[in-house]
Amino acid sequence: MTPELNLSRDPAHLRHGSTIGQPLSRIDGLAKVTGRARYAADNNPSGMLYAVLAVSSIARGRVVSLDVDAAKAHPGVVAVMTSANRPPLQADPDGKPNPFAFRFEALQNDRVRYANQPIAVVIAESLEAATEGAALLAPRYQAEPARIGLDTGEAYVPPVVGMGFPAESHHGDAAAALAGSDKRITATYETPAHYHNAMEPHAIVAEWQGDRLIIDTPTQGLVMMRARLAELFGIAPENILIRSPYLGGGFGGKGLMAGAQVLGILAAKLVDRPVKLVARREQLYGPFGHRSPTRQTLKLGANAAGQLSAIHHHARIATSSFEDFYEAAAHVTHTLYAAPAISTTYDAVRMDTGTPLFVRAPGIAPGSIALESAVDEMAEACGLDPLAFRVKNYAEVEPATGKPFSSKALRDCYTQGAERFGWWERPLKPRTMRDKDGFLVGWGMGTATFHALMFAGQARAVIRRNGSGVVESGAHDMGQGAWTAFAQIAADALALDLDQVTFKAGTSDLPDAGIAGGSAHTATVGTAIHNAGAAVITKLAELATSDQRSPLFGAGNAGVIARNGRLLRRDDEGRGESYAEILARAGLDEVEGSGAGMPDPAANEHYAMHSHGAVFAEVKVDPDLGQVRVTRMIGAFAAGRIINPKLVRSQLIGGMIWGVSLALHEEAIIDHRSGRIMNANLGEYHVPVNADIPAIETFTVNEHDPFVNPLGIKGVGEIGITGSAGAVANAVAHATGIRVRRFPVRISDLVPPVS
Amino acid sequence: MNRFDYVKPASVAEAIAAASAPGAAYLASGTNLLDLMKGNVVRPARLVDISHLTELTRIEHRENGDVRIGALVRNADLACDQSFARDFPAIAEALLSGASAQLRNAATVGGNLLQRTRCAYFFDPASGCNKRTPGAGCDAREGDNHQHAVLGWSEACIATNPSDFCVPLAAFDAVVEIEGPAGRREIALEALHLLPGSTPERETVLDPGEIIVAIRLPAEARAFARHARYLKVRERNSYAFAVVSAAAGLVIENGTISHARLALGGVAAKPWRAREAEALLAGQPAGPSAFQQAAAAALRDARPSGDNAHKIPLARSLIVRALAAAAQGTPSRMPALPASPFSSVPGVHQ
Repeated sequence: MTPELNLSRDPAHLRHGSTIGQPLSRIDGLAKVTGRARYAADNNPSGMLYAVLAVSSIARGRVVSLDVDAAKAHPGVVAVMTSANRPPLQADPDGKPNPFAFRFEALQNDRVRYANQPIAVVIAESLEAATEGAALLAPRYQAEPARIGLDTGEAYVPPVVGMGFPAESHHGDAAAALAGSDKRITATYETPAHYHNAMEPHAIVAEWQGDRLIIDTPTQGLVMMRARLAELFGIAPENILIRSPYLGGGFGGKGLMAGAQVLGILAAKLVDRPVKLVARREQLYGPFGHRSPTRQTLKLGANAAGQLSAIHHHARIATSSFEDFYEAAAHVTHTLYAAPAISTTYDAVRMDTGTPLFVRAPGIAPGSIALESAVDEMAEACGLDPLAFRVKNYAEVEPATGKPFSSKALRDCYTQGAERFGWWERPLKPRTMRDKDGFLVGWGMGTATFHALMFAGQARAVIRRNGSGVVESGAHDMGQGAWTAFAQIAADALALDLDQVTFKAGTSDLPDAGIAGGSAHTATVGTAIHNAGAAVITKLAELATSDQRSPLFGAGNAGVIARNGRLLRRDDEGRGESYAEILARAGLDEVEGSGAGMPDPAANEHYAMHSHGAVFAEVKVDPDLGQVRVTRMIGAFAAGRIINPKLVRSQLIGGMIWGVSLALHEEAIIDHRSGRIMNANLGEYHVPVNADIPAIETFTVNEHDPFVNPLGIKGVGEIGITGSAGAVANAVAHATGIRVRRFPVRISDLVPPVS
Repeated sequence: MNRFDYVKPASVAEAIAAASAPGAAYLASGTNLLDLMKGNVVRPARLVDISHLTELTRIEHRENGDVRIGALVRNADLACDQSFARDFPAIAEALLSGASAQLRNAATVGGNLLQRTRCAYFFDPASGCNKRTPGAGCDAREGDNHQHAVLGWSEACIATNPSDFCVPLAAFDAVVEIEGPAGRREIALEALHLLPGSTPERETVLDPGEIIVAIRLPAEARAFARHARYLKVRERNSYAFAVVSAAAGLVIENGTISHARLALGGVAAKPWRAREAEALLAGQPAGPSAFQQAAAAALRDARPSGDNAHKIPLARSLIVRALAAAAQGTPSRMPALPASPFSSVPGVHQ
């Protein structure tokens, strides 16, 4: 072994200063690749039974009969839970105690509101017996016609969209501005329903110990789920322990408590034994949320020089028959391109599906593909290069509010991304590039954007007598790398090396970390950890500076800095002592501090906060056969401070692949008569496979944001999708000269009528 | 969990006896059957597990030039058999374009011949499907039928056969060796599958208890080895069933086609041999004009069965491409993306 090798193997030797910013590998990576990481369904408490959902094959009506006797007669079946015998809940599943509490089905009656809705639970000694028991129920229904599709029923204007945005919003007079524009385009785009399709299905292992409830289940919102369950079961939140150390993907699908999880808990109550309930793949296409289909009409106006004069973005969306959630697809238009007049409007229909909910980049993902397509169509109408057109319409302030941006390094993304891609070689005219083999080549780009949100979260930090640290927060690792990124922030917060800090997360008895969603988790929990670290260092400093025996005596808080497990005098760094020495002399085993992360209302009042990016894509299209391949993608992103470049790269690449999927692959096919989803499996619900994805290059440009939060974090979980989907769609249009406005783009859209 | 008998016979003869009972089904690797059973799409009363019958796992290169492939040879093993891939490159390419590496390692060639349609209405027990339940009606007819048949379909059924492997087998005159209660027989692969007509539940000519024991490729089929391709258009670049596929083989002498073989996949309930097109090609110079005539002939009787009119021009273009690719010559190495249009060269027209 050579010393050089040693050095290169251990970046800690090379590190100067912060752990934040290091491209560390995942702390949990080895456990995951060796199968030692325990996911919810890996738990098997002693005496456990298996519960299997029976789900509806109709989309609307009622269950007339279930052959419970046949199921119960099957060997191994212990109980069948139906609306007739399920244990009571203390709150109505159809109640609405808060905006994040969505109505759900827990066998409260015989109504069927959508296909794949749970209608019974069979509990048995084995998974096989429970599965067969569920099949033996042979439900009979009184079916009513399913209402499916964006043209079903009367459209109405929803009260609000997204999480409380107005459904109608006008900045300037878009109609008048459009009428007076030199160039106008109107185009309508459609996106289908999308399902989360996390590799790990929803699962729960529930055990009652008296009135104490222990649960293993994947969740993106531990404390919120605990509060909801406490209300439903009429027990104190402290009596519920939820363990969720790892999620096999969340994507918004595990953000909120789902009815099926409640059914697992009810089943455990019914049989008074621990119960495991894992949804089958096809059962995930119903009670767990999805992205609404959208139909978006964009009207753009521009002057002769290519300056946008108006954008009207209208979105038709769908919600369920019994709940309100409206995909805020038009809202991306509020923030992206400078136009003196911007209007966004919505209308909606009710469909007999499960309630649509948050899916990765809610609103923005479908909105972005429509807006980026329309902007390209307008650039073409103006005879301008798509990037030049975007730069010409660059928003120096947030268009819909007039607020300055807290930071916006989008110009750098455009410039550097274009340079690396070689964008400026792009011919304006579509269908003019070919590769040496005659395949059509197209280049497209899109602007990426996602709001830089924060929720509220807490953390606790402890310095122990041996000088090491413990940081705790009930944070959620969905696979994005939270275990690692938060440990890095914790190390810096305590001025310790990473291996001196123990980070604990993933259970509901830890400080409330809020929800892992909205690309806000790192900013929220990271800030809480940062503040908790500062609090504990402050306490240590108080101990030392008020103790005459300390070399720091009299330095005062402002005169002390923490570094490498020691406190030092700011005016004389030669004078200081270790954390261990301070605690030993004070006779304390440990010292503890707490911190919170939450948005700063004043900063939010004054600044618009968003991440940005520019994505460039190259596609090849077979001119005769219409098959598409993405051959190159480059994404440049400005997302504030980067905690771990390696994890961030993975997040961005994952998002960009999702964008390819949105443009070319993903579509839930719903039979318009039955309301059943006809491709509810990973074989037929296409997402990209390796052969669909080229080498993707991503990089982040330097962006310092002093306003979003103390660490300057903006979040990278969702932005990779936005821009990317539009870039691929625009590349297809550039390659073929065919503008497809219904997504995903299919071979039938591109194959010439006759050869 | 369907209650069924499971038997593990010691020989083909025992297997036939066991499978002659009503409701029996042969189980090889189960890559299709077990999925269907889990979904309650099929509920056999008895599974006759033949997966251990080593007598069916051999690839024999016979002295007369025939190749005999035991029914239990794995797809991946056949595709990677060097001399097989050299002599029948389009068949190897078709095998490698199917499913995923994991499935190809498990699936058997005999099972491939008998795989069921991927029509979503067949797979959904709550939908009406004449194939699954005779007389129940066809919900695909007015449903999502973007990928359904354009040739040989009937009002009773518009499903397609999903096999890649069968397409070049049909083109190259493969023979299926069958054993059954009434003895041994051989039929052309082309005659194995049935068009739906009014009895879509009957998918092959196999009688109860009959088992495919081998697939045989005649020595003459090796004549096409220098000019043979399989091309497959699909909605993603791997792990997807064909929208349309084509197998083409040519014998070219001094620029003139002396013999042609052509079959289509993804267009009908069976691999679709285009004999009229083959006849048109014979004697013509290998070039765009002949290829286009052949393509037009092959699709002359095609008509949409729903929202799938695009498959007709697509199939025509694919035939032209596959013939052009075959004429250009079999690639010296298996393309990295087998059967992909991106592993062929367009340019027949710009």
